[in-house]
Amino acid sequence: MSILIKGGRVIDPGRFVGMADVLIDGGKITAVAPQLSAPAGSRTIQAEGKLVVPGFVDLHVHFREPGFEYKETIQSGSAAAVAGGFTTVCCMPNTSPVNDNQAVTEFILERARLAGLANVLPIGAITKGSEGKELAEIGDLRRSGCVAISDDGKPVMNSLVMRRAMEYASAFDLTVVDHCEDLHLAEGGCMNEGLISTELGLPGIPAAAEDVMVARNLSLSELTGARLHLAHISTAGSARMVREAKARGIPVTAEACPHHFTLTEELVRGYNTHAKMNPPLRTWTDVQAIREGLRDGTIDVIATDHAPHATQEKQQDFTEAPFGIVGLETALSLTLGLVEEGVLSIEQAVQKLTSAPAAAFGLKKGTLAVGADADVAIVDQQEQWEVDPSKFRSKSRNTPFVGWKVKGRVLTTIVGGRVVFEASPVER
Amino acid sequence: MSLKRKDLLSLAPLAVDEITLILDTADSFKEVTGREIKKVPALRGKTVVNLFFEPSTRTRTSFELAAKRLSADVINFAPSSSSVVKGETLLDTARNIEAMQADIIVLRHSSAGAAEALAQGVKSSVINAGDGWHEHPTQALLDLYTIRQRGMSFRGLRVAIVGDVSHSRVARSNIYALVKLGAEVRVVGPPTMMPWGVEKLGVTVCHNMDEGLRDVNVIMMLRLQLERQGRAQFPSIREYSRLYGLTAERVRLADSAAIVMHPGPINRGVEIAPDVADSLSSVILDQVANGVAVRMGILYLMSGTSS
Repeated sequence: MSILIKGGRVIDPGRFVGMADVLIDGGKITAVAPQLSAPAGSRTIQAEGKLVVPGFVDLHVHFREPGFEYKETIQSGSAAAVAGGFTTVCCMPNTSPVNDNQAVTEFILERARLAGLANVLPIGAITKGSEGKELAEIGDLRRSGCVAISDDGKPVMNSLVMRRAMEYASAFDLTVVDHCEDLHLAEGGCMNEGLISTELGLPGIPAAAEDVMVARNLSLSELTGARLHLAHISTAGSARMVREAKARGIPVTAEACPHHFTLTEELVRGYNTHAKMNPPLRTWTDVQAIREGLRDGTIDVIATDHAPHATQEKQQDFTEAPFGIVGLETALSLTLGLVEEGVLSIEQAVQKLTSAPAAAFGLKKGTLAVGADADVAIVDQQEQWEVDPSKFRSKSRNTPFVGWKVKGRVLTTIVGGRVVFEASPVER
Repeated sequence: MSLKRKDLLSLAPLAVDEITLILDTADSFKEVTGREIKKVPALRGKTVVNLFFEPSTRTRTSFELAAKRLSADVINFAPSSSSVVKGETLLDTARNIEAMQADIIVLRHSSAGAAEALAQGVKSSVINAGDGWHEHPTQALLDLYTIRQRGMSFRGLRVAIVGDVSHSRVARSNIYALVKLGAEVRVVGPPTMMPWGVEKLGVTVCHNMDEGLRDVNVIMMLRLQLERQGRAQFPSIREYSRLYGLTAERVRLADSAAIVMHPGPINRGVEIAPDVADSLSSVILDQVANGVAVRMGILYLMSGTSS
């Protein structure tokens, strides 16, 4: 069935911004132009006063399946994704078992197909079991459908192994993603190291734990020429080094998460476990540096690091509670917050959620070009709503944004030419 | 007058008046601990639960004695003998205890913030008996009591806190209280034992022990956690002891009437020389004795029976 989206303001980053209709047929974008007429038998979606954008691409989610289905499944995670306007999500390999082989990759892809909502693209492990010792069968992972490799929360500490992984991955044109954290410097830490960790008596994670690994990875990317993507950078130091590396032509991209450009470590006071994530919330100086990095293009991508955890896990003591928050259903509004504050233009904001992440992994996504997969989000930029985790599609509720009054809402999400999400008027 | 709080979790938010009230109340119970029949009926019919997730003999015994001398019913709850080993969360454990009508829960836990989390979840009063590296308010209060007992006033008092401040809840509670009371606090130890930005808490940092002790009125030694040698905090006990161990010679750098304190248990010959621990300037056993009176005062104020 064909779909005509009429009268919206189209933002196709780097290609087209303006009033236009979008015609979808056979799962592809077939026309973007003003005053298109609806073909017989097509569905028309009125989008006057709304934004029509490529479906968002999230390079960093944790869907917990296989192994931790009580936190999230590929089904529930996909539902959360499309409710947040995300049509393509890349899931980290820290499942149980770890996605370090073809069987797990194929299982994830099969589950995603059954869910039939978002495009779920697996990220394979760099090393077997993400143990940082022997390389995983990266060629096999690529062949079976992995779009990048990462050991995520168990970053490869051995620099030789990381070098070899980068060299090897470049043969398959695979981006290597690193969660930059020196595990020795960070050991036992559960919040940013600073005055607040001193006052609260909580073990700290210094900014240097991130910075030293960013520096290492940039050096290794320079050495090997491999495409490097830095996950969730959170410090002023990281932003500075990435800016400098890009100026020198190192093939690096970087992402930032909404919580890192919105919140500071102050939120940890009261031992709020929903303020516990890794990397930790930092200082206002860091938040400003991340915003500046997003503004000037140092940071290419906004990613959620959607990390669902069950209520009882987040109810533990601060030091015991797991790191991470869910993000798929709040990312758009928080990103639009930067537009509201004048940090980003609306086109920049959309770009960081669509074409930029697609480019970082070399995905043919994130665009409304004629012939592209018809992955589209229709957004009401003005609608205000209050974050109520009980309404999340995600299985988990761990968000620090509960009760926040935010602006900007996804009305319709289309994946491969099929409407997979429509905001119900009751909720709105 | 009574404490206008349900819980005693931390000294950071306490007003000077509240600290003084606790010390004054402890004074009135100090006399009881010297009687032949060391018991008053102040907390008769009240239930106090000692919930200790970390091994502790001194603090638990002190709380137990304090509660018993106030005629409360006391239950000791330790993780090895409870369902905690079966995976029950702290909050669930506490709610079960609360369901048995506990009036006051005394909590010792290895995680900073555990007492605060518990206090938010239960209606019983919660007393923090040490949470991770965060605070140990009753220890600091008994330290203050001991200082005051020696006739020292806090304003302008020079106090050196020596050792691993980074990992010390005793140090944090004492810093918060002493700074508030107008004392001049120095923290003494190697940079590896100082938490980030500690000077912003209103103390001065000193890496040289001899300089740090000069003219102080109170020397407060912290216990060296020996296992931290393997965590690159200090090279060896030998070197630590030479640089930061309290010897009789070093005590002479302090004011001639200076007192030596230690929260215990002491490592004789490591952070404190045996002759210093046993000297006339040592008030270490007074601290233990005063601990019972101070905790009686706190339990009494928390029980809501004061009038």
